[in-house]
Amino acid sequence: MTRKSTLRWLPLLSAAAILGACQTTPKPATEAPKTSEAASPADSASGAGSVQPVRRPAPVTGTPLPGTVQDFVINVSDRVFFDVDQYDVREDAAVILERQAAWLKRYPAVQVRIEGNADERGTREYNIALGSRRASAVRDYLVGLGVSPSRISTVSFGKERPIDPGADDEAFRRNRNAHTAIVSGAR
Amino acid sequence: MRMSAAALLIACLVLAGLSGAPSPARAEIEVDVNRGDIRPLPLSIPDFSGDRGGDIARVISDNLGRSGLFAPIDSGGRTAEVSTEPDFAVWKSLGAQALLNGQVNLVDGRLQVDFRLWDTFAGQQLLGLQFTSTPENWRRVAHKISDAVYERLTGEKGYFDSRVVFVSESGGRLNRTLRLAVMDQDGANPSYLTDGSEIALSPRFSASSQEITYMSLRPSGSTVYLLNLETGRRESLGQFQGMVFAPRFSPDGAQVAFAVERNGNSDIWIMNLVNRQSRRLTSDPAIDTSPAFSPDGSKVVFNSDRGGSPQLYVMDASGGGARRISFGEGRYTSPVWSPNGDHIAFTRQSGGKFHIGVMRPDGSDERTLTSSYMDEGPTWAPNSRVLLFSRQEAGGEPRLWTVDVTGRILKPAPYSSGASDPAWSPLIN
Repeated sequence: MTRKSTLRWLPLLSAAAILGACQTTPKPATEAPKTSEAASPADSASGAGSVQPVRRPAPVTGTPLPGTVQDFVINVSDRVFFDVDQYDVREDAAVILERQAAWLKRYPAVQVRIEGNADERGTREYNIALGSRRASAVRDYLVGLGVSPSRISTVSFGKERPIDPGADDEAFRRNRNAHTAIVSGAR
Repeated sequence: MRMSAAALLIACLVLAGLSGAPSPARAEIEVDVNRGDIRPLPLSIPDFSGDRGGDIARVISDNLGRSGLFAPIDSGGRTAEVSTEPDFAVWKSLGAQALLNGQVNLVDGRLQVDFRLWDTFAGQQLLGLQFTSTPENWRRVAHKISDAVYERLTGEKGYFDSRVVFVSESGGRLNRTLRLAVMDQDGANPSYLTDGSEIALSPRFSASSQEITYMSLRPSGSTVYLLNLETGRRESLGQFQGMVFAPRFSPDGAQVAFAVERNGNSDIWIMNLVNRQSRRLTSDPAIDTSPAFSPDGSKVVFNSDRGGSPQLYVMDASGGGARRISFGEGRYTSPVWSPNGDHIAFTRQSGGKFHIGVMRPDGSDERTLTSSYMDEGPTWAPNSRVLLFSRQEAGGEPRLWTVDVTGRILKPAPYSSGASDPAWSPLIN
């Protein structure tokens, strides 16, 4: 992961860290002064003793049910990326496509649509053609791994449906992709 | 969007010259559209007398000013009666080399506009005409007057009585709404043609200016449509196995060329609109797309990466004899033949920038006209003197811009919302 994409996830990660810390030590607020060596905003408000403690609700964790769209997106990954102006399947993409193929074989009712995308550093119609090549390359790869071609359709959005609004190399890298969208048959 | 039938009934009468000369004398003033270093001609267009007179004068003034060939001069509230010879000394003192004056009358419910164009230094009348139409059609009358003045002073046909179809873009950088819209060339009367529920791309006019073809893109695939602006009737070119995109009419309107993708490979096809038979023009394993006919219909210029990168090729409209014409630095896409046949305009990508350029149809005399983060998709004005294209700054939304064929007169188009993929109509008849 590059520096920028790490930064993008940082707020989420730190929020998770805070939640995690709270979960392990659910203490009444009155005990806060005991840990006051480390300055925290709560300390300054702890002077009044009249506040009644309220127990934090117990955490609820979730995980996708097997065979659902969420299972595919989170546990398999639904997008592979391409080099500039290229449509051949890279090694990192091949790893993901192998997982996609295995998942699709496990859930044979699922139909997918491969959506080819291009970055904005090309003109509109050429990028439609380039996105078609990428979608087709992914379809061919999945078929080569044993997924029936009758389960796969393709489309190209060219540069019209970016996933990153940025105008830098990192955004372009993310926008050169093929997205495997589940059309039907997920549990 | 519906054209009034009355719009097509602009009557034209030549007014008798006040100076007694039956036909306009040769002007001493002349505007040379071929010179890039031209100084715009100062001319004055005082408000026409009568109802809508000020509005009509302003539309004409804006048209001529935007061309970059003319510099409208504020008349300082002065008017000039069309029935008498102007006091040339007054207009000369304002710096005006030409004067356009006129008067508007309502005759039996019809709008009648008399106007005269004068050479203030020679003291001569250059043009005296009367246009008649319906009162609600006043803007179109103003465009016809603009064209008459432009033609009289430059010797070239005008381009103001025309429209532009384009893709309206709204809603930010992600999940943009892309819908088809049409407007007059000066940005007036914009209206949407599609509702934005599907992506609409690459609209193109037929030679009649009344029909367009465009591509519609949904998750389930793409469709090429023909849309009649007058009736609102829309029909599909039919079902294709893969993506179908980049449609263009042949000059006679009897055929549409487009790209069809099969198993990742895009080739150029052509459909006869009478019998609906399609024929494949290219069968190369490379990307072939963005076809555009020569104005005589005999050739097609298109985009292909068969040589390793996207370049421009010209072939016979029957499909044979493809030959590369772009040899400069970078990648060439979106070619479009000028209506007069002299040039092919294109988008060129090099050095991290996008450029609009022109070259001769044999690839010679290449010129770069513009440069920015993203300049794309040129279309020609009906007189082959001006190009409209879309420009997008990094992280921004695309806007329409114009540049003249010399590359010296570069301006934002008179439409200030997100827009791309413009296509200029022929002159409306």
